[in-house]
Amino acid sequence: MIGESSSSEALSGGPIVPNSSFSALLDSQDMQPQWSVDPGMDVGAPEATTVLALRWADGVVMAGDRRATAGNVIAHSRVKKVYPADDYSAVAISGTAGMAVELTKLFQTELEHYEKIEDVRLSLDGKANFLARMVRGNLPLAFQGLVVVPLFSGFDEAEGSGKLYSFDVVGGRYDEQDYATTGSGGAEAKAFLKATWRPDLDETEALRVAIEALVSAAEEDAATGGPDPKRGIYPNIVTVTADGYREIPDEELAPIVEEVLEGRP
Amino acid sequence: MTTPFYVPPEQLMKDRAEFARKGIQRGKPIVVIQYNEGILLIGENPSRSLHKIAEIYDQVAFAAVGRFNEFEMLRVSGIRYADVKGYAYARADVTGKGLANAYSQALGQIFTHEIKPYEVEVVVADLGDGDEANHLYHIRFDGQLNDSQGFAVIGGDEDELRVRIAAGYTDDLDLNGAIAVATAAIAETTEGDIDPASWEAAVLDSNAGRRKFRRLNGEAISDAL
Repeated sequence: MIGESSSSEALSGGPIVPNSSFSALLDSQDMQPQWSVDPGMDVGAPEATTVLALRWADGVVMAGDRRATAGNVIAHSRVKKVYPADDYSAVAISGTAGMAVELTKLFQTELEHYEKIEDVRLSLDGKANFLARMVRGNLPLAFQGLVVVPLFSGFDEAEGSGKLYSFDVVGGRYDEQDYATTGSGGAEAKAFLKATWRPDLDETEALRVAIEALVSAAEEDAATGGPDPKRGIYPNIVTVTADGYREIPDEELAPIVEEVLEGRP
Repeated sequence: MTTPFYVPPEQLMKDRAEFARKGIQRGKPIVVIQYNEGILLIGENPSRSLHKIAEIYDQVAFAAVGRFNEFEMLRVSGIRYADVKGYAYARADVTGKGLANAYSQALGQIFTHEIKPYEVEVVVADLGDGDEANHLYHIRFDGQLNDSQGFAVIGGDEDELRVRIAAGYTDDLDLNGAIAVATAAIAETTEGDIDPASWEAAVLDSNAGRRKFRRLNGEAISDAL
């Protein structure tokens, strides 16, 4: 592969096409992740459920519960649903877990690949558009019940503020102002955020609101797992600010979770 | 019909090597040197945007001298090679050795088969994890591959530079020490003064997170000096 001039191929006679895309490279090597399922077949693959994102004073918070379900069975109780996309953005997944995790890995590699080749990070809008394209590419499988719907958020280095994006199953990309949710418990979490969210939340308040939203989703939705301090299961929560991506460790979440659970009626 | 002149293969190789060597010697040198907490890559480069030192993967960095378009292609191919390998297997499976071998094969092929050999020399730096040793792979224009100990030099008056660095190099240099040794040796073998703002430098920092590569700005260099 090395020594074969990919750039000169692009230049010979044809228009100049960018060759900094990792997924285009995988395409050329026939290595793109592929799934094919017969119509009407139930694969029974585990589903990742509730994730949410909200804006606060210095940036964004993203959170997800830890449960994956297959039908009415709890398939995994410590699934990770919120991932770093790069140093200044995060992606949260809902839908068919296995596919979502693979698409996340591809998305992360794409962003890093672009950054290394071009020596500059993609703009936040550019990252969101690329993710939308990945979701759109998955549309045929969505008809067979293998749906992947992510949330994306990050810190816009150019504008100096946090931004949220939500997606639909056809790859539609929506800029969200204040908060966004998706997954089976998403409606419940959204109702909670609607009542509680304020633009001037500080970090601890934002973490608390995110946890409360997940707890209230878990109370109404069987597929959403609430925090379980006894078994050491805490939600996945991350923040993205001007200082970059930060995963909140369980030790930091534990006191807030305890407070939230005690305060529930 | 004209019959081409017979050129003995020895002469052909000699001519090609001489051609490539001349092109490389004209370039400004780069020094890759290990220090107690990582590996430093440093050289003079008046351009702020056309880099000669670059990140390839988590713990692997690239430095090259010679023709920009030629080593830029090697850099991009290297990133593609590393990212595909890391995506298909695991991040830990991407090693400097694999990449150095791929470069060596590619340059060897080009040297014997293409009309013009590449006028480039490359160093692939691979930062060892914990107790593992660091590796500095030096790949020549003809594909010859060496594993250098402690430091590697490409471009400029290579032999002279190597002697000067060997005089200042010790196993326990810190980052500032490594910068001092490298910049002094380069300045001594370069005609004219070097503008302090024109150093291009980066480190593979063993204290960093997953991605060890970090560029050093002009301030960090002048502080060290």
